[in-house]
Amino acid sequence: MTDPNTLSPLDLDTPDKTFLDSNELVINMGPQHPATHGVLRVILRLDGEKVLGLECVIGYLHRGVEKIAEHRTYTMFNPYVDRMDYVAAVSNGLGYCEAVEKLLSVEAPPRAQYIRVILTELNRIASHQLWLGTHALDIGAITPLFYTFRDREEILKIFEKYCGARLTTHAFRIGGLQYEAYDGFEKEVKNFLTFFAPKIDEYEELLTTNRIWLERTKGVGKISGKDCIALGVTGPVLRASGVQWDIRKAQPYANYKNFDFKIPTGEHGDTYDRYLVRMAEMRQSCRIIEQAVAGIPEGPIMAKVPKVMKPPVGEVYHSIEAPKGELGYFIVSDGSTQPYRIRVRPPSFVNLQALDVMCRGQLVSDVIAVIGTLDIVLGEVDR
Amino acid sequence: MHELIDYIQSYLKSNLTPGAAGNIFWATVYILLVFVGLSIAVIAMNWLERKILAHMQVRLGPMRVGPHGLLQPIADAIKLLLKEDIIPAEADKFVFWIAPFIVVLAAFTVFVVVPFGPTHAITDMNIGILFMLGVSSLSVLGIVTAGWASNSHYPLIGALRSSAQMVSYEVAMGLAVVSVIMMTSLQTGTGTLSMIGIVQAQQTSGEWFIFKFFPLGLIGFFIFAIAMVAETNRAPFDLPEAESELTAGFHTEYSGFRWSLFFLAEYSAMIAVSSIAVTLWLGGWLRPFPNLLHGSTWDLVFSLVPGLTFLFFAAICFFNVVRMPKHPLFKIQTMGLAGFGAVLGLIGLVMFVPGVRDRVGDIFWFAAKVAGFMYLYIWYRGTFPRYRFDQLMKMGWKVLLPMGLALLILTAVVAMRADLWDQLRGVGHP
Repeated sequence: MTDPNTLSPLDLDTPDKTFLDSNELVINMGPQHPATHGVLRVILRLDGEKVLGLECVIGYLHRGVEKIAEHRTYTMFNPYVDRMDYVAAVSNGLGYCEAVEKLLSVEAPPRAQYIRVILTELNRIASHQLWLGTHALDIGAITPLFYTFRDREEILKIFEKYCGARLTTHAFRIGGLQYEAYDGFEKEVKNFLTFFAPKIDEYEELLTTNRIWLERTKGVGKISGKDCIALGVTGPVLRASGVQWDIRKAQPYANYKNFDFKIPTGEHGDTYDRYLVRMAEMRQSCRIIEQAVAGIPEGPIMAKVPKVMKPPVGEVYHSIEAPKGELGYFIVSDGSTQPYRIRVRPPSFVNLQALDVMCRGQLVSDVIAVIGTLDIVLGEVDR
Repeated sequence: MHELIDYIQSYLKSNLTPGAAGNIFWATVYILLVFVGLSIAVIAMNWLERKILAHMQVRLGPMRVGPHGLLQPIADAIKLLLKEDIIPAEADKFVFWIAPFIVVLAAFTVFVVVPFGPTHAITDMNIGILFMLGVSSLSVLGIVTAGWASNSHYPLIGALRSSAQMVSYEVAMGLAVVSVIMMTSLQTGTGTLSMIGIVQAQQTSGEWFIFKFFPLGLIGFFIFAIAMVAETNRAPFDLPEAESELTAGFHTEYSGFRWSLFFLAEYSAMIAVSSIAVTLWLGGWLRPFPNLLHGSTWDLVFSLVPGLTFLFFAAICFFNVVRMPKHPLFKIQTMGLAGFGAVLGLIGLVMFVPGVRDRVGDIFWFAAKVAGFMYLYIWYRGTFPRYRFDQLMKMGWKVLLPMGLALLILTAVVAMRADLWDQLRGVGHP
């Protein structure tokens, strides 16, 4: 592994450079580029089409979410977290609510936890669908995008019926849920599962054995499990490199220990394995939802939480397995109604660091494939 | 005056293409007809591609401009013409200006030798196929100059990609073509490079060259069919304009009318290479099943197909007229669709008239075969991801080129003893 700290990817004045190397090209990809998933800017140093190095420039979507938190009460900050990873807003909300609950030493009642799991896993499927569609689009297959968006719509409909919002849901409250599940919630979720199972096969039919897809993804953007851990990469990217690390299993939260599911892992750590891992994760999410829907207990949906939240002085770190990796909240309380400091550990931001390692020596087309496979959301990278 | 009319009429009696007969008047008419026909084909292709691709992708495609978006291409054309014409400040203005014209000229000039029928070609050259391959490969010049003159990184990379791609696929393409030219020499003893001659050779040999020396003809056809997609820079070989990588590749800096010239050239190039494939392997203007279904009855049946096809399209129009929402707002659209259906139906009826029937049949079969290729192009685009540059090169040089060489040698060996080959297959040599 090349150490990103010692060697700047854009350092053009390497000592062994001769005039023959003068055909190096530095090009600027983004922030307005169809395949950088928002406003990521990548500066590429190319030799022909070969990538010699690259540097990510971020911050084009910076809104200072962490600073805003210092001027909002714990409850008021809750909707802001949805705007970080807007593709998986429910997961963001879950992480934040659980972190504050930990700080307050309360626990959401079982019924609330089951509904939370159902919505979070639905959101994981929606997030992976969006990843699959855009990733395939980046590699040139335009059709899967429309298939995934058609099916993602069904999930968004459930969200809309549950809380009125489709994308930035603000579904959870500190201490439980605000809304009771609507009439027919269980039935609709079950219907979705029977609807969705054959759809995953449909996606796989289009891509998994497609020769061009295999050529474009196998061996592309390889990263070893060791490098992943060194760079702090988490989520499907880490698991595709053969490391069986899923916070849902490793440090169970929100009732996940009650459900039976597997952690899909890959072997080679290449783009194809990451694709397979995410496809398998969608199936596992379906299994979790199935069990959760079957076992929703009756009871209250909100724990006893004071109207004005004043958590005791102290700090807490709580992390969950968001669709993109480990999403952690570090909250420092000074005993007032507002957090002293909230620091978010976003999976996209950390995973993006691996881009340079994964792309070096490969071609421009592979950079696009790797940005797609990292599944970054710029709202979360920049916060 | 009489002389002029005689001059015009004399061509009709000759059984030659206007170019071969040296008749300037009819040559001009044919050129205009081909130009107009091609433009209509590009417009239709634009609409069809959007519609077919949309239906493959569970969406509707253009629905607003005209009934079922039929007028969308016209709206697009107006938009493109009205757009501001931008030439980047740092661009090489003259080269930037001339590049789209090179591409368009190359794409249109190819049609000089395309035979839509035994006499329905602008001219018949004895080096027809060479001319076509040569001129169509000139378009790479336009693409390279476009990429270079833009003075920008993405177009430059796109231009580099396209030149490498087109050059490497032309070799395999040429080898496949040579194998066909060998096949033409079987009956007459001397092969021909003339496009019309190639189709006539298929007529006398009694089978299309795709079935000749099975599977050799088929392999040659496949090599050509892959190479022609790469040659026209279409998915899955659309690297020069790979949207997700190079934004728009070599024409990133082009807009408005100049961009539409590239668009026009791309689609006419698609039609051009499809015409080559149809002429060389699929019997050009010949109707299908010449061996299985022969005799005057079948000839009559097949001569009715063009008219029936148009009537079928008209029926689709009328079916959709009935399905149109019954709302005053849709009145004009419904009437327009009905009118369009009526025009198609009229054309269909005219095609039943014996005199017209005999003249139109050739063009119809040729166009139908080309349309099949156009559908394939759209289908590829909806199905395949994009190749990477090195994989594209590997495919061209390491797969298609050796295959083409082997095919060439095998065809030569087999063609030497064609009589034995036919005995083996139990087919009498005609």
